[in-house]
Amino acid sequence: MQLFDELKTLGKKHIKADKKAMQKVPEGMWIECPKCQTSIYHKDLNRYKECPNCHYGFRMRAKERILWLTDEFEEMDNDLQTTDPINFPGYKQKLEKGKKNSGINESVLTGMAKIGSLRFGLGIMDPYFMMGSLGTVAGEKITRLFETATSQQLPVVIFTASGGARMQEGIHSLMQMAKVSQAVKAHSDQGLLYISVLTDPTTGGVTASFAMQGDLILAEPHALVGFAGRRVIEQTMHQKIPDDLQSAETLQKDGFVDVIVARHDEKKLLEQLLKMHKKAGE
Amino acid sequence: MKLKKEKTAAEIVALSRAPEKITTDALIHYIFSNFIEMHGDRQGHDDPAIVAGIGLFRKRPVTIIATDKGQTPAERVAKNFGCPTPGGYRKALRLAKQAEKFKRPVIALVNTSGAYPGKSAEEQGQGEAIARNLLEFSNLKVPFITVIFGEGGSGGALALACGDEVWMLENSMYSVLSPEGFASILWKDSKRSDEACEVMQLTPRALLKHDVIEGIIPEHKSKRQTAAEIAKILEARLTALEKLTPEQLISRRHARYRKF
Repeated sequence: MQLFDELKTLGKKHIKADKKAMQKVPEGMWIECPKCQTSIYHKDLNRYKECPNCHYGFRMRAKERILWLTDEFEEMDNDLQTTDPINFPGYKQKLEKGKKNSGINESVLTGMAKIGSLRFGLGIMDPYFMMGSLGTVAGEKITRLFETATSQQLPVVIFTASGGARMQEGIHSLMQMAKVSQAVKAHSDQGLLYISVLTDPTTGGVTASFAMQGDLILAEPHALVGFAGRRVIEQTMHQKIPDDLQSAETLQKDGFVDVIVARHDEKKLLEQLLKMHKKAGE
Repeated sequence: MKLKKEKTAAEIVALSRAPEKITTDALIHYIFSNFIEMHGDRQGHDDPAIVAGIGLFRKRPVTIIATDKGQTPAERVAKNFGCPTPGGYRKALRLAKQAEKFKRPVIALVNTSGAYPGKSAEEQGQGEAIARNLLEFSNLKVPFITVIFGEGGSGGALALACGDEVWMLENSMYSVLSPEGFASILWKDSKRSDEACEVMQLTPRALLKHDVIEGIIPEHKSKRQTAAEIAKILEARLTALEKLTPEQLISRRHARYRKF
């Protein structure tokens, strides 16, 4: 019986972290914050989509974030398409839905951005595209972002939001973790800065690769960040876990996050950090 | 290389997990001599699910990093059934960096259903530990060969299989998630795991076709014979990789992953 229970829950390893969080935006006049349960009048959720009480950042499309985060943005690789490497049934329809929901071609938007006069490579994962899952195209876009930034000697900033590996691409999805990691390493070995910003939710294979490889790791308040899904821990390991085990705040306390930053302060903080890492002569 | 009659993916998955599967102890015993186990990540932990140390392989010193499911029930519990904790991955990284310093190759032997998914592992940074290994192994200056001899479960296996070459025993698997988990996530029905085994293309034969691994090593009833087959491949591949300069090695390794 126990084995059966384990089999039944094994699959929850890569669950959507908090289904409620997705449903909360944008319908209705009143929205409940999934973290502090405060009721928020919809007009009070401004472009940052931030809870005015606890500063939790609601799920946000990459294209929405670009609007307030950057002064200029040139998108890259917006035409890449997956080859559907394991011919997974029904995958094409899922992709179409993801494109429609997010307005981008894959689960990450990449390009060269500017804040003020500071130029950098920027990647933003989109939870509205198949829960930000990491497939071959997302992996390729992030790899190319690092390669371009390396050749132009520019820093990279990545906003992570992901349920983990893209199941529909099987082992090819797993290989993206290694592919991106070596691009991060090559960039780092040139003395270039990489900042990762963990947003709600960042889990699985993305946590276990580029999310945790930043020179500086920032996180949004109350973002869920973890490796294994909560239900796997509770049901297969039979361990009761506290509500905040995988919160950005706990990760900071345990030494895995440098700074927790609310959205309305992100642009200013990134500008400061990028400025302080500018190389002489630039 | 002639393999025995073709098995179904579900049969291979079952064999990869079977109790008769060659043990980590036996593999180390048959393949290496003078093995001396080294302990700890130097950050406060010594994960028994990773058995690692230095030994001789055909007279050359090598660093050995192996996952271990354990044999007795008590051992299996202590080793979390072969699921490494963050301390295990950090021990692996420490010993791999040590291998680099002393210019000896790294041989990883992998049989794990995945990284340990427990509360303590989250608190100790399981994601960070795996991420660090992927980053650091990508330009380790010595040859790094992995043999998956049972289960190769997801990121927990990849963290020890991201070097120059990955070989698999005939009855082993390597996948992004367990077939049960895959069926449960995608079809909301973990009982369709046999079907998932086929769809996921997790057998050595399928993975070879997808260029994910370098080759398949035949498995025999006799454990000694299986170990000898592995040793034969390791000898040939180490001899080839040892001829490369560190720069050649790393550029070859980059090409290996860049293609995906």
